[in-house]
Amino acid sequence: MPIYHEVARTKGNTKFRAFVSSWLRPVLPWLGISIFLGLFFFYPLARILWLGLNPVALKTLDLASTLLAFHSLLFTFYQAALSTILTLVLGLPAAFLFARYAFRGKSLLRVLTAIPFMLPTVVVAAGFNALLGPRGWVNLGLMDLFHLQSAPISFVGTLGVILLAHVFYNTTIVIRLVGNALSHLDPRLEQAARTLGADPPRVLSHLTLPLLRPSILAASVLIFIFDFTSFGVILLLGGPGFSTLEVEIYKQAVQIFNLPLAGLLSLIQLLCTLVFSILYSRIVRRSVVTSAPRAAEANLHEAHAIREKLFVAGMVLLLLALFLLPLISLPLRSLVRLEADRGERGQVRYGITGDYYAELFINRNDSLFYVPPFDAIGNSLSYAALTVVLSLALGFPVASALARPGRLERLLDPFLMLPLGASAVTLGLGFIVAFNKPPLRLVTSPLLVPLAHTLIALPFVIRSLQPALASIPDRLRQAAASLGASPPRVWFTVDWPIVMRATLSAAVFAFTVSLGEFGATSLVVRPEYPTLPIAIARFLSQPGGMNYGQAMAMATVLMVVCGIGILLIERLRLPGAGEF
Amino acid sequence: MLELIDIHKSYEGQPLLDAISFTVAAGETVCLLGPSGSGKSTLLRIIAGLETPEQGQVCWDGQDLAPVPVHRRGFGLVFQDYALFPHLDVAANVAFGLKMQNRTTVEIDLRVASILEMVNLTGFGDRRVTDLSGGEQQRVALARALASSPRLLMFDEPLGALDRSLREQLMEELRRILHESGVPAVYVTHDQEEAFTLADRVLLLHDGEIVRSGTPEQVWSDPGSVWAAQFLDAGNVVAGIVKSNTSPFQVDTSAGMFEVRCGHTHSAEEKVNLLVSRRGVRQAADGRVSGAVMDVIFRQDGFKVTLDNGLDFYLPDAPRMGEKIYLTVPATGIKCLL
Repeated sequence: MPIYHEVARTKGNTKFRAFVSSWLRPVLPWLGISIFLGLFFFYPLARILWLGLNPVALKTLDLASTLLAFHSLLFTFYQAALSTILTLVLGLPAAFLFARYAFRGKSLLRVLTAIPFMLPTVVVAAGFNALLGPRGWVNLGLMDLFHLQSAPISFVGTLGVILLAHVFYNTTIVIRLVGNALSHLDPRLEQAARTLGADPPRVLSHLTLPLLRPSILAASVLIFIFDFTSFGVILLLGGPGFSTLEVEIYKQAVQIFNLPLAGLLSLIQLLCTLVFSILYSRIVRRSVVTSAPRAAEANLHEAHAIREKLFVAGMVLLLLALFLLPLISLPLRSLVRLEADRGERGQVRYGITGDYYAELFINRNDSLFYVPPFDAIGNSLSYAALTVVLSLALGFPVASALARPGRLERLLDPFLMLPLGASAVTLGLGFIVAFNKPPLRLVTSPLLVPLAHTLIALPFVIRSLQPALASIPDRLRQAAASLGASPPRVWFTVDWPIVMRATLSAAVFAFTVSLGEFGATSLVVRPEYPTLPIAIARFLSQPGGMNYGQAMAMATVLMVVCGIGILLIERLRLPGAGEF
Repeated sequence: MLELIDIHKSYEGQPLLDAISFTVAAGETVCLLGPSGSGKSTLLRIIAGLETPEQGQVCWDGQDLAPVPVHRRGFGLVFQDYALFPHLDVAANVAFGLKMQNRTTVEIDLRVASILEMVNLTGFGDRRVTDLSGGEQQRVALARALASSPRLLMFDEPLGALDRSLREQLMEELRRILHESGVPAVYVTHDQEEAFTLADRVLLLHDGEIVRSGTPEQVWSDPGSVWAAQFLDAGNVVAGIVKSNTSPFQVDTSAGMFEVRCGHTHSAEEKVNLLVSRRGVRQAADGRVSGAVMDVIFRQDGFKVTLDNGLDFYLPDAPRMGEKIYLTVPATGIKCLL
């Protein structure tokens, strides 16, 4: 009898263990993120769907709003197509420059062209404003030179500046995708074409461009998606005259409170990005990589002929002008007084000043919501810290599970990337419509901001952790164990250094994403707890030299912090980690 | 025809090609044979115009080609790993050169069909080149180079990536095609079998210099230098001392006394190296070469017998291990090396 009991107990025990190991353990890492995505992504999305498609809301749609929706959709396509074409016009020669020519300062120039892609939109907007805006270097310089009363160049507030900013942002995509494909082309293919009688233009048109077609197409679609969902650039640089879907969603939701129309616009937006994303992944999957060993080195040479030298010098100068000028105009403008402050007409003081920075700490009566601007920095840092903690806590278990994928992992993996497909403004709108009623009345809580940021940062965090965690070879662990290391020791010597690097890099990524986020934040932010980008946008939209100067100062602070973040990520990047 | 005059080229400060001069006559196939790193591929690229020599001229019918760019030279080049255009099918690859000559579609189609037939690829026109086997890709590469009727064909180790039996088959096909087309050719290889099969004339390349040239028979039977004899594995290289002042010279070696007839002048007590052929050797009681049998290896056409003095020979019958044998080497099988 006792023996029977013993057996029964063990049996029950093994059953329970089997249950734990076959069911509970694989599911466990997904628990947190499932609840999070369900509550803060899928539920708000469903609410938007209902908002845009329910019969009552559809009845309230009049001709004017339909026209508005149609018009903004049209303009969104128009500006995205134009921006994409212009980006290719600059990007393709730049890709040739980087893939084919060796010249001094090349790696620096490459980093410089990559910086904008990771910079917050407000910083880019402030940078172009500092260079070309009505109070920017160029205009003030011309006014001073020719004793003009008003700014001679009105570039900010036109379609031109929107296009320029988009080119500034996305040229690096062409350089990376097309340049990479180009530098890995087997150089003998072009040589073979030449021996077969093709002159250089025909080598380009019959061989090189057709071979690059998949990567050019992939880059174009990717750039189009980014331009299509562009928000900050259009709102801050384009001004009131231009309205893309994103901007219109924001206006309808925040300024006009026409939530049904905002919902409908969001649906159109979602549908479009979905189609483009599918297109992109199909192109990427189809493209054949024809890379030759050591082709990248063999393809590189120094410019010899005069034509080549002119091309290299011209491209380098052009890229330097486009990428360096806005980036240095901003910090310089934040330190120099170039005009009279408000209320001090007549006594214009020029010169280097720290006033704009000093002013950040002062709570003036006319300043934003009676909080010193410096508080915005504090808010942003707290939100960013929360975002890091949240996205790591949710992302790390999933990334570890994905590093050794089973059936469950392969099934759930695509869902993780879905938040990337929805634009930031749509996510923000979802929060507003989903959490404005009890029991989830979170609209009044400042917590919505880090939650939105976590949603945006999470796909990046997972995608940067996963390859690093997967890269730890089992054989290394086995080798360490066979050499006498205990399991904790194995983990500490083999896993820890890689895990540590990857986690740190993911944390910095989440931090910079949160610091710079503008689209979602502009919808869910509480006015009394503004973030840095929100405060910059407000200051930029207000009159007066002091407000402008403070916008410049805060944008400079943001740029420096994000710049440090970008540098850290580059330093921590594991060799061979993917792009885009 | 093609004439190279005093070509010099260096790579990272080291001389790669040093005063290379040779000509290729109409319809002639010249093989540049040498180990890897001997500069032979660079020489091809210089002829093609893909690289420029630091000194010297590449001429065609007496005209210096220096100002003529690659695409105007009309020289076909077949690359080692084929360099087929991956975005084009077989027919479009072959048609590429014709298209560059702005031929009509009808003309191109006819020419492509006849060239594909020539290389035994009839019906392959609409295949993707990435789906072809190595041998088929090689044929497409050859067809592509042939299609635009080049004045000269160049081959850069074209069979290097293929396995043995396929290589032999393609070698013979290539030989037939070269003869049929009558196009002069420069063929670069490190494989002497390829060179001897295809070449009207072999140029042996060593450290950027042509160390020996001649028909395959001439180069094989009299490599001229110790390096060439060892590179070709043409026979036993034996060091010895000259014992007489006039031809035929008596040379004393560790393997016995040899008699050499050569065009050089030697004086007594001079140190020389001899090439002693492995073939045509007879066992004879009065043989001058003697030694105990150390090893016997079966070969398809006899036995490779290694003696205790380090020399080895091919014999029709296997001697016993350890047996002392006496061999006669024919006078034509002994050459003097520099």
